[in-house]
This record gives sequence, structure tokens and C-alpha cells, in this order.
Amino acid sequence: MENETKLAAGAMVALGVATAALVVLPYLQVSDVPAPAKLKPYTASQLRGREVYVANGCVYCHSQQPRDRALGPDAQRGWGRASVPGDYVYDKPHLLGSMRTGPDLFNVGARQPGKDWHLGHLYQPRAYVRESIMPAYPFLFTVKDAGEAEREGEQPLALPPGFGPAEGQVVVPTPAALDLVKYLQALDHTYPVLPAPPQP
Amino acid sequence: MMDSAVLSLLAAFLLSLLGLFAFIWSLRQGLLVENPAAASVIFARGEVGRVDDPALHAADRQSLQAAAAHVPGAGADADDLRSRVLADRSSAFPVFMFVAFACFWLLLGSVAGLTSSIKLHAPDWLVQQGWLTFGRIRTVHLTAVLYGWITNAALGLILWLLPRLLRTELRGAVWTLLGGALINTGIAAGVGAIAMGWSDGMEYLEIPWQIGLFLVAGLAMIILPVLTTLVNRRTEHLYVSVWYLVAALLWVTLLFVVAKLPGVHTGVQQATTNWWYGHNVLGLWFTPVSVGAIYYFLPKIIGRPVRSYNLSLLGFWTLAFFYGQVGGHHLIGGPVPGWLVTLSIVQSLMMVIPVIAFTINMAGTLQGRMHLARWSPTLRFMMFGGLVYLASSLQGSLEALRSVNAVTHFTHYTVGHAHLGAYGFVSMVLFGAIYFMLPRVLNWEWPYPRLVTLHFWLAAVGIAIYFVALTVGGWLQGLAMLDPARAFMESVTLTLPYLQWRSVGGALMLASHLVFVGHFLAMALRFGPMRTGAALFGTAHPESMELAYGK
Repeated sequence: MENETKLAAGAMVALGVATAALVVLPYLQVSDVPAPAKLKPYTASQLRGREVYVANGCVYCHSQQPRDRALGPDAQRGWGRASVPGDYVYDKPHLLGSMRTGPDLFNVGARQPGKDWHLGHLYQPRAYVRESIMPAYPFLFTVKDAGEAEREGEQPLALPPGFGPAEGQVVVPTPAALDLVKYLQALDHTYPVLPAPPQP
Repeated sequence: MMDSAVLSLLAAFLLSLLGLFAFIWSLRQGLLVENPAAASVIFARGEVGRVDDPALHAADRQSLQAAAAHVPGAGADADDLRSRVLADRSSAFPVFMFVAFACFWLLLGSVAGLTSSIKLHAPDWLVQQGWLTFGRIRTVHLTAVLYGWITNAALGLILWLLPRLLRTELRGAVWTLLGGALINTGIAAGVGAIAMGWSDGMEYLEIPWQIGLFLVAGLAMIILPVLTTLVNRRTEHLYVSVWYLVAALLWVTLLFVVAKLPGVHTGVQQATTNWWYGHNVLGLWFTPVSVGAIYYFLPKIIGRPVRSYNLSLLGFWTLAFFYGQVGGHHLIGGPVPGWLVTLSIVQSLMMVIPVIAFTINMAGTLQGRMHLARWSPTLRFMMFGGLVYLASSLQGSLEALRSVNAVTHFTHYTVGHAHLGAYGFVSMVLFGAIYFMLPRVLNWEWPYPRLVTLHFWLAAVGIAIYFVALTVGGWLQGLAMLDPARAFMESVTLTLPYLQWRSVGGALMLASHLVFVGHFLAMALRFGPMRTGAALFGTAHPESMELAYGK
């Protein structure tokens, strides 16, 4: 008790045990799992889109980890099968998430494949889901003169009636918005995997 | 059903338990003999029985002493008091700097927090700028309050308490100033980076690792003076607060370094590391600092040594061994190894041991003196924090059970729990500690004592509303999500009134911080009537301060 060496040593041993259990053992066990055959690496634009997802903190409201049927009706909600470690081999940083203020997005690319839907929904979520509390992301878009957009060869958003800009103007996505949608469309882990080995 | 993995896990677990108790035993011969000498090390000779709350003016301090119904002895030993004055003076400037930074980040973080809270029920409010979007301003809030407010205040507390407890001067104070400058540069850069959209993307670890280097260098510059002070101590006993504070400082530095190692962690393994860090930053940094603070301030205020010194030691080592392994309960149901989640659930339940040890000890120490909280606002903050520590820890242990977690996981319930711990427990203790420390740091009394009471009630009512709203709302949200017959959107819309109440609670908390920081500024700028009257950061004749120290 009278000794600072014991204090430092004991504190380090305690932390060492915890680190072994939660950092080192998982590293040994799952850091070299093979990617499922049908999981494709991200393309360059999908990776840029993933950065937009990270930068704007989508992970704070959307998980990417459908759970087993025993734990919840995730599959019935169309969020997909329970995920396995192999599904995440290309994910850095991991985006498992801890909140479901909005739905799980691990398979949003499969259940919501349309680019137009995604773009419009990012511009104004309430144009598609009336009671949504997702933020609108107008800063990922530019409002332009319709003629100017046409001259520049840009494709304006097709928004539901009542949600578009003023007469004669259109909304065009920025490259960041287009990349983000490419990433969201790539979130498709519906390929089959062998069921995970039974866990203790 | 019991397969070999479970058996080996169980065996390892029992073995570690045995080892832990053998370890505690080895630290202390005569474990079953109580040792009042070690418990009394926080008092000067002859000081036991004397109440102490520097946040009180002289007349109120006399009322507090009278309420303690204990006639103090002839007076405290002059040499002991002189060494305490010297200890306080050696740390005054660094402590003031850390507290000032903490106050700044507290205000900024609370404004960001209230903004993000309102955004959840007003999703089209302030959407034109990227830096104001929910996902960023929420993270600005988290980074500012966790790293800016709590960490700065905790460092100030450590630097103030250690010289007092070790009865020596702080060595290398100038290095701690440099460390504080580096840490706060890092926090400012981190908050700026997150607002601009540059983030490492993991919860609690968003500060980009390149900026994290500033934090690590700054912490190292604080650890070295702390360890030097420790080995130059003039006390025989290391009081239990010293254990908590020094261990916590070492832990948080290692946690941050390991979690931030660039290029090592990926995929699911990164997720386990993420939550190993995420829970340990609370469990092995905020909690031990706050518990260590209570172990000092609470007995010191009421003038009575802690009831059972051995119990406090048991609490320390069980916390050290169990808390580190609980992080996996954030991944229950996730794609991680099952043994890891089970281990974390078991250790989460074992956390009941240190918490109960702490509670029994504090209840025993306070026995018959709880009414002193009416007189001492500092004691009120400490008691509130201690009680919430018990409540939030028990809640956390329950939340780790699979059956409860199935409902609460992914919901606002977890956010309510996190705020109960980080605010109701940790921040309240830090507020109380600052009210106690600053009169000694600045040699100036708090100018408007009523503001301390106002701060307390605004904060207490604020966190109560916040917690109840998110707990009820989050639970209902979880039930709705588990019911396949109900559309997902139901789980969103039903939370709206609760999210609005959360903003009400958050607004009260922000108001309390305006009161607190305003009072801090008034004190630093020497507002208010009659004061103890010494120049900033001390006097040339520390002996002249003994009067104020209660001789």
C-alpha cells in the first residue's frame, strides 16, 4: 500500500487484461477473416461517398449491423440477415453505429436502389417520409437557374411537387452528394454467407 | 450446453478473481485491521472534527461547524497547514489555467449540445451550413464536453489534489502549463476539424489522430511532473484518492494511444477497440477521478475521516480489474465473437462490487452529518454526484443484461444513461470540486454565494428532466422497434415529445452553466465585496493565509 510502484504496476496489469480481452484477442481472431466471395471492394467514388457519410456523422443515427432474429425483427423490417465479421473487411473506419434514430442502412442499397430517390431524400427527407426527423442536407446541393443548369449539362433533381425551388430554378447535386449516393447504393450485403458457427 | 469455451472462460474468470484478491492482500498486511492513520492523512494534525468549505463565507462556515455538532480541538498543527498552503500555491497557476479552459469548453459544448437536441425535433432548423448539421454539431458537443470540459477540469483537480495529499510542492509546474497548452490546442483543432467534416469517424474517437498527437504529448507533459511529485512526497501513506487519480491519468493516456494507433484497427476488431475505449474513457478516466475527488472532499468538508479505508481499497482494485472489460456490452447482438460479449456482460455485473463498496463507505462516513448539505453547497454537489454514481452504475449493470439490452440498445435510453453518468455524477462532482478549490487557488472568495445554490438547482432539475425524458422515451422507442407489427416510423414519431423535454432539460443545464461561468469570471476579475485580500495567485507570506485556512 505504501508503494507507488505497486500502484503503477497494478494499474497497468488491470488495463493490460482488459486490452488483451477486448483489443488483442479480437485482433487475432477476426482481423484476418476472408471477405465473402460476393462482397466487392469499394470503388473510388464509393469510398469518397463513404467519407461524406463519415464527415456528416450519419453513423450517429444509423446502424450498419442487422441483428439476429432472436434479438429483434430486423430481417422482417427488410434490413437483411444478421451480419458477420467478413462483411466488414473493407470497412475503415468501421461504421457499425450505436443508434437507430433512423433505420439500419446495411442493406439500404438493396431495398432502395434508385439514385433519384436517394438524392431527393437527402435534399429534403420530408418530401418522401412526411414524419421523418432526418436533417435536410441542402448544403450538398446547389440551386441554379434552370437554363444555366441545362447549358452546363447538369441533371436537376426530380422533386415531389411542393418541395422544389422557386419557378425557373432547379436543384442540382454536388459531386459530394453524388458520391454519397453511390456509397449508399453499394450498401448491399444480401449475398448469402454460411451461418456463423454457434457461439457460446 | 456448457461447451469447452464457456468452461475455459469461467475458469479464467475465477482465476482472475482469485488473483485479484491475492493481489489486494499482498498490498496490505493486516487487511482486516482498520487503519485510521491512512484515512486521516487528508487532515492536518489536530484538524479532524473541523469542517472545511472554502466556498462559504466566514459566518456561514461557523454555521456549518455548529451544525456538525462537534467542538473542534485546540486547532490544527501550524506546520501541517503551512505545508498545505505551500502545496496549494505551487499548483495555483496550472489549476487556474485548466479550470479556465474547462469553463470555456463547458459553455461551447453546452451550446452545441442544446443545438443538436433541438435539431432532433426541428430537423429543418439551421440546415444551410455543413458545420451545423446534426452529425457534426452533436460531435462538436461530445468532443467539447468530454475532452474540453471534463478532461480539463479533471486535470486541474489532479494537479491541485496531489500536492495537498502528498504534502509537497508540485514539481515541474511549468511543464503542466505547456501540457495544458498542447492539450487545448489539440481540442480546439479537433473541434474545428470535426466541424469542417474531418473526422476519424469512430464514436468518442473522432478527433483525427494527427491532432491526437497534441493530446498525447500534452498528457505526457503532465504525467512526468505528477510522477516526480509522487516520488518526492512527504507523507508515508498514499491516500486512496492518490491511487485513483494517478492510475486514471496513466490509463487515459494509454487508452488514447492504443485506440488511436493509425493503420492497425479495421472492421469488426476496430469496433471492439472502439467500445473498449468508449466505455473505458468513462470507466477508467472520468469515474476514478470523480470517485477519488469524493474520497477527498466529502470527508474533508465534514471533518471526519473516511469510515473504512480498506473498503476504499477494495473498491479501487475491483474497479481497476472489472471496469476495463465491460466495453463489449455495447456490441450485444453485433457481429463480434460471442465470448467477448459474454465476458463484458459478466464484468458489467461485477461492477456492482466497487460501487456498493463506495456507497457503504460514503454512507458510513456521512452518518449523522448528512444534514450539513443544507449549509455546504460543495457538499451538496458531492453528495448528489455520489448518489448518481450509485444509480447510474446499477443502471449500467442492468442495461448490460441481454434481456434489457434488447430493448434499450440503439435507443435514446442509452443517451440518457450516458448523461446520467457524465453529467449527474462526474460533472456535478467536478462543479463541487471547483467551488472548493478556487478560493484556495485565487485567494479570493466566491463573490455571490447564492449563485452557487442557483447553479446547483438549475443543473439538478435540468439533468433530472433530461434523464427521465430520454429514459421513458427511449424505452418506448425500443419496445416499438422490437414489435414487428409496428412500422419503424412509429418508433420515431413517438419519441418527439420526449425529445422536446430533453431540450427543456438541456436548456436548464445550459442556464446553470451560464451562472457558473459568469460567477467564475466575476471571481477571477475580483468582483464582490470584502475578500480575504491577497494578490492573484498567492502572497509573499503564506503564513498570513493560515487564518483563512482555519487555524
